[in-house]
Amino acid sequence: MIKSELVQRIATANPHLYHRDVERIVNVIFDEIVDALSRGDRVELRGFGAFTVKHRASRQGRNPRTGTTVAVAEKFVPFFKTGKELRDRLNKLNGSKH
Amino acid sequence: MAGKTLTRADLAEAVVEKVGLPRNESQDLVERVLDEISGSLAEGDAVKLSSFGSFGIRQKGERVGRNPKTGEEVPITPRRVLVFRPSNIMKDRINKGHAKR
Repeated sequence: MIKSELVQRIATANPHLYHRDVERIVNVIFDEIVDALSRGDRVELRGFGAFTVKHRASRQGRNPRTGTTVAVAEKFVPFFKTGKELRDRLNKLNGSKH
Repeated sequence: MAGKTLTRADLAEAVVEKVGLPRNESQDLVERVLDEISGSLAEGDAVKLSSFGSFGIRQKGERVGRNPKTGEEVPITPRRVLVFRPSNIMKDRINKGHAKR
């Protein structure tokens, strides 16, 4: 599924909304997540998963082709940890929960 | 690392403010979006969201694990795991955001 298909599915389920509004809604949600992460916040969506930012310190890297050392600057990388409910759903455990 | 934690409520609030929909409807839409993504993944279909990233499924085979407390060997059953690959746009925005702080 790509973003336009996601928008289409939401639009079909909400016929009273304009298609372009559904597109905006979907974009607002994902923009908000990226904004939060760039501020250093985390985003926790219970049952779905959590987005966090991990810090990678600067290090001496090596060009694998030439073997010369290169300085790799520190960086921040986004990380997603799958929520319990979604993890179970992927393995079809949802029906066996009591 | 200090910082707040955003939840579904904050995402719904952003929809209220930026799209002008009622709060309860915005909450439903946030839920719906997450549910559509989960549903697609549960069926084994990857989800690609341009400028955000992609959620993919990886099949893991059976392997031998160990109970860290007792040291006992236990088989880990084959399973499907979710992997998220952030887009370059997302990575750039996060790095720029942290550089400013």
